[in-house]
Amino acid sequence: MIKNISNLGDAALYCDFGKDVNKETNTKVIRYFKSIQKKHIKGINNLTPSYNKLIVSFDLKTTNFQNLKKEIENLDLINSETINNKKIEIPVCCDENFSLDIKRLEEKLKITREKIYENFFDKEFFCYMTGFIAGMPFLGDIDKNLRAKRLETPRVKVPKGSVGLTEQFANIYTFESPGGWNIIGNTPINIFDSSKEKNPNLINPGDLIIFKEINKDQFLNHNE
Amino acid sequence: MSKDYFEIIRAGINTTFQDLGRKNLYHIGIPFSGVMDNRNFLIANKLVENKFNSPVIEFAYQGPHLKYFGNKINISITGDVNFVLKKKKEVIDGICYKSFSLENGDELDIRSTNKSVYGYLAISGELDIKYQWSSCSTNTKANIGANDGKKLNLNQKINISKINENLNHKSLKYINTKIQNIRILKGTNFDYFSEKGKDIFLNKEFTVSKLSDRMGMRLEGPKIKNIVDTNIKSEGLIKGVIQVPADGNPIIMLSDHGTIGGYPKIGVVISADYDRLVQLTPGSKVKFKEVNLSSAETLYKLYDLETQNLISQVQ
Repeated sequence: MIKNISNLGDAALYCDFGKDVNKETNTKVIRYFKSIQKKHIKGINNLTPSYNKLIVSFDLKTTNFQNLKKEIENLDLINSETINNKKIEIPVCCDENFSLDIKRLEEKLKITREKIYENFFDKEFFCYMTGFIAGMPFLGDIDKNLRAKRLETPRVKVPKGSVGLTEQFANIYTFESPGGWNIIGNTPINIFDSSKEKNPNLINPGDLIIFKEINKDQFLNHNE
Repeated sequence: MSKDYFEIIRAGINTTFQDLGRKNLYHIGIPFSGVMDNRNFLIANKLVENKFNSPVIEFAYQGPHLKYFGNKINISITGDVNFVLKKKKEVIDGICYKSFSLENGDELDIRSTNKSVYGYLAISGELDIKYQWSSCSTNTKANIGANDGKKLNLNQKINISKINENLNHKSLKYINTKIQNIRILKGTNFDYFSEKGKDIFLNKEFTVSKLSDRMGMRLEGPKIKNIVDTNIKSEGLIKGVIQVPADGNPIIMLSDHGTIGGYPKIGVVISADYDRLVQLTPGSKVKFKEVNLSSAETLYKLYDLETQNLISQVQ
């Protein structure tokens, strides 16, 4: 299922699953990711699944590219059915204090904000990967009419909880960070909690996410 | 409260607790972190007879000025560092790669690193700090690790929970080596760049920019032209990856890097050169030099062996 394995530097494998970015390809990536994770192969330091790639980085003191490549090529894959996907609802408030780029999006996409929200809420999205900053989920695919490029000049500070759109994806800023996505709202839910060492991420690759619109009162009264 | 502690008179520019970092968390977006210069970290701990992965205090450019209260303790400083010890009756010029004793009321003033970025302070004992995912390493971007994930500040204390029983004096004859050629392997998007761009990357001189920190090192020089696409589908990153965004200036990923990135990867710094790469100060001139995978593997083995030899020479 891996199209090609090459080296990324001297201490990582670069597993390419093909050009396409879709749920099918990503499901293969996640299946490999979980299979390798389960096997606890000696020397592996980190696994980074993304849309259509899996990077396996390792300790060059313990193993090397050739050995690990063989091991990954001959890996017994776990059944796809055993991959446990959660369904999670994320409340989002689109009050004007939170929807920082809604005007810009209306202009870019040439549709009204009502239409934007109508096409975004109550739809099921798939989590392709998490990362960049801790716990940030990359979700997709959003409606074709909502696809816009990044901001030309990224924000220095995107507020925590911001929900952003770029191209076919949505994401959530798990804490304040620089960023260039088009922000349409904010969630009161804590997506990343570093005090929960076992499972700090609320959303993990393979999970299904539905955004639900809430008003400002519901946002302010939200208790976790 | 701990009876042995340091008071912070000056925190320094970027002073953090670090160890060897945390593994197996890239998939949730948490980088490795850990000390930037592995070799100097290991030697610092050995000089005060700590376990090899004991937390140390990493500082950049200007270090902290500390005042010690408590029972006698040993410290060591590694890197290329200008520091003094202020005792009751004298001021002693510090020497790197040598342990010193501190007694109640003594001060340690780590003035600056010389022509290098990072230095390490190891303390003979255990620090009273928080661990997250089996590591104390402070990641100031995600606020993870010791000191609530923040750099050290004025008006706080460094508490010591246990002092080592043996306080022998140790030293090592060693001078840090510097590099001008950074050895690399071609990256997965090497062919995204024009022939001229590739030639610039492999043969021309670059200057380390001021915009460099624990996350990444930016370089300036002749622009490397992309002829395919200035973005790739976001994918994983590792330490040492050299990305080239649309502006044509390379950025090298360092220990606190974001785990995912969408810029083409022109190259990756070999593991053997990482410790010396991070010590390049802004303004340094560097060139990239291509090697193949098997040389990179051999060079790392040699580098690691040399580090182990240095550690065994501490006495």
